[in-house]
Amino acid sequence: MIDYLWLLIALPLLGALTLILFGKHIGEPASGWLASALVVIPFLIAAALTVPFLNGAESETVFLFSWIPVIGANASLLWDPLSALMTLVVTGVGGLIHVYSVGYMHGDPRYPRFFAYMNFFIASMLTLVLADNFALMFVGWELVGLSSYLLISFWFVKPSAAAAGKKAFIVNRIGDWGFLIALMMIFAAFGTLDFAIVFAEAHGVLSVGLATAITLMLFIGATGKSAQLPLYVWLPDAMEGPTPVSALIHAATMVTAGVYMIARTAVLFEMAPISLAIVATVGALTAIFAATLAVGQRDIKRVLAYSTISQLGYMVMAVGLTAFTAGIFHLMTHAFFKALLFLGAGSVIHAMSDEQDMWKMGGLRKYVPITFVTMAVGWLAISGLFPLAGFWSKDEILASAFAKGGFFLILWGIGVVTALITAFYMTRLIILTFFGDKRWDEGVHPHESPWTMTIPLIVLALLSAIAGLWNTPVRLGLEHFLEPVFGDIHQVHPAGGLTVWALALISLAMVVIGILIAYGRYGRGDLPNEEGGYWTAALDGYGVDTFYGKVIVLPGKTISTWLAMVFDTKVVDGVVNGLAYGVRAFGSSMRVLQTGWVRSYGAAIVAGSLGVILWLLLQGGAF
Amino acid sequence: MIEVFLFAIFALVALAGAVVMLTARNPVYSAMGLLVTMFAMALFYVMLDAHFVAAVQILVYAGAVMTLFLFVIMMIGVDKKEERVETIPFQRGITFVVALGLAVVIILAGRQAWVTGSDAFGSPDMVGTIETVADSLFGTWTIAFLSTVFLLTIAAVGTVALAMFGPTAVQSTDEEEGA
Amino acid sequence: MIVMADVTVTVGWYMILAAVLFSMGAAGVLLRRNALVMFMSVELMLNSVNLTFIAAGNELGLVEGQVAALFVMVVAAAEVTVGLAILVAVFRRRSTANVDLLSELKG
Repeated sequence: MIDYLWLLIALPLLGALTLILFGKHIGEPASGWLASALVVIPFLIAAALTVPFLNGAESETVFLFSWIPVIGANASLLWDPLSALMTLVVTGVGGLIHVYSVGYMHGDPRYPRFFAYMNFFIASMLTLVLADNFALMFVGWELVGLSSYLLISFWFVKPSAAAAGKKAFIVNRIGDWGFLIALMMIFAAFGTLDFAIVFAEAHGVLSVGLATAITLMLFIGATGKSAQLPLYVWLPDAMEGPTPVSALIHAATMVTAGVYMIARTAVLFEMAPISLAIVATVGALTAIFAATLAVGQRDIKRVLAYSTISQLGYMVMAVGLTAFTAGIFHLMTHAFFKALLFLGAGSVIHAMSDEQDMWKMGGLRKYVPITFVTMAVGWLAISGLFPLAGFWSKDEILASAFAKGGFFLILWGIGVVTALITAFYMTRLIILTFFGDKRWDEGVHPHESPWTMTIPLIVLALLSAIAGLWNTPVRLGLEHFLEPVFGDIHQVHPAGGLTVWALALISLAMVVIGILIAYGRYGRGDLPNEEGGYWTAALDGYGVDTFYGKVIVLPGKTISTWLAMVFDTKVVDGVVNGLAYGVRAFGSSMRVLQTGWVRSYGAAIVAGSLGVILWLLLQGGAF
Repeated sequence: MIEVFLFAIFALVALAGAVVMLTARNPVYSAMGLLVTMFAMALFYVMLDAHFVAAVQILVYAGAVMTLFLFVIMMIGVDKKEERVETIPFQRGITFVVALGLAVVIILAGRQAWVTGSDAFGSPDMVGTIETVADSLFGTWTIAFLSTVFLLTIAAVGTVALAMFGPTAVQSTDEEEGA
Repeated sequence: MIVMADVTVTVGWYMILAAVLFSMGAAGVLLRRNALVMFMSVELMLNSVNLTFIAAGNELGLVEGQVAALFVMVVAAAEVTVGLAILVAVFRRRSTANVDLLSELKG
């Protein structure tokens, strides 16, 4: 059975190739269904392959073919509980989003191309997840970046979409730089990039300093892909892509690659306490920073984008606390409820004829009832209300921070405040969208989405509701499931007994307070005036983009301009022209020798033979 | 004793022929000078016991080749005498230096390698009769000999080709001249 | 004359004569403008080489020197045939045998 593992990557890749080549002939609904099937089938295979783990089966490595064996980089797949879980999330949520897209992308002129890219993304993401060495992981890492770029700028005729795609690609490059440096350092230290060897020998080979350097470089890679401070700026702009793309790539799967990578290299991070502290701190700061930004957004997708950054901050904080299971757990639950929220938002946008401004919505609950109910589940889940998924996963992270104590109590405090803000902005989103007066533009006739869109919403709502029960303080199912992966790693665990319930009560109280504040502000008749001061700054993302533009982009452009206009024309061209002039001058002087007279050439031949004979005589010692 | 006299006389004759060839303005005189040198060569060959080669030298060189030369001279005009004014700068100076140098280094090289005084390791009384030459030519050197067959065939074909592609040019020039 | 009695013609004499003739032939190629005379000069050079072959063969008692001379004659004959054919072809077009006027390849 494990022999079929390669199909997980091959099938979506096949779909991508088929749709690229023959998409136009396959036509509109068919290509969508084909793409969906080629994601759902891998999901079923993965599910079947996961069953043995529940019975305590061993991890397996499937060798496909040699790539660069000398550096331990082969097309070889690692199938352990962690990659299994990631694969299930990617293909499961991915499959639902594919089905959703069948309805959502209806009528798009480049419909088959969209599904080709989506399938390509699934194949890339599975390469990243299933790789059993750093090199193959990096291949997947780059390929998801590429598919992200392709999908963000899918509507490339919009200049903003094209710019957003470029921005995402370039910002990710900065992270990739760190990842690459880390790979080189790992190779220098171990002489191989194979996970198994690196993790087995890490304690013998690496000093703490080297481990710190490697993990910090890896973390730079993670901040790029997982949109952490200071490289988060590409994610809000990535909302220019179609909404299913935002749901799949920029909420549920690709952006969690950084978290997955840190969890995968947990052995290395465990050796570097400084790196872990930095990771946790960056995660916590990102969480609260992005949450405050989410409060001020008017675009429904941008709220969710900043919310995603914030939730990713939670995950990064978790892995930084060495609560790897909690981080992966939150990754999973977040994939469910954030995909749900994005798809719901997409459904709303669809219903409102592509209106994204929440101030022009309102009172939609009667018009899109299924969307409303499912999104409400997502709202409560992300806010962390008992007993929905977000409650369990977020609380485990916060409890872990609390249990670690000391400096990390500050992070716990930040996390709790973030939970309050999260509840606030999500309530704001729901109230502005579904309650209150109709603030629509004229000519908008909201309607419920087709069944292809609502069924994924319902499934995701169910998952968002119950997924959290897998790993509760009462019954640590996920913890046990991931035992083979993190078994040897010293993880921080929430304190038992009363403490955990007290902490849960505190965060529940925060959630309720957040919801109530939001209700008090937005739920009673007139909406408050949100202009000037904080609100303008938040809409502008606190001017971070402007700041980056002035500090990084502008000097870069100035230098580039100077290089292009001055250095290139004067120095580079000068060297080239100088060489050309030199060659021409040399040629002109040599021309004189080409007299055209046979007798001159004859004289040269005779003189030459004279020289040769003289040389031979000298060699022979004639003189 | 007589050998030395003969060598001296015919060496002078050969050199004189070469000088005439080198200096005559009229190509016919040059051809005659060369002819004289070749006869002198043939005599040297006889003195060196190469009787067959001497005969070939007279028959082929002095006979066939020189006739061919004279034939071409007649064909392209005897009256075109060469100017004595040298047009290429330094050509005479360079020629003098390199030709003299060439003679000097060849003689030097000869003193190094050829005039070793080493004993003859063939038969000292070897005489180049037709029989001895043929023995070597059709024995040891058969392949080389057959190669010359190809060489001559190719040369003949090449000459014919040059002659065949010529007539168009001749006709066109004739037409121009006639026009 | 008594002194002369001890003198015999050695192979070195032939070598020196051949070297001088060879150099004169080379000088002829370089000095003469008439392509025909240049060919003759080349023939002179080839003949001088033949002389060395035969002189050396005689010195060493080997018939191979004469065989080599025969081969040189064959090659010379072929060379003269083709060379003169080219010369005639050139002459048909250009009405001259002056090589200085054939300088189209001037740089």
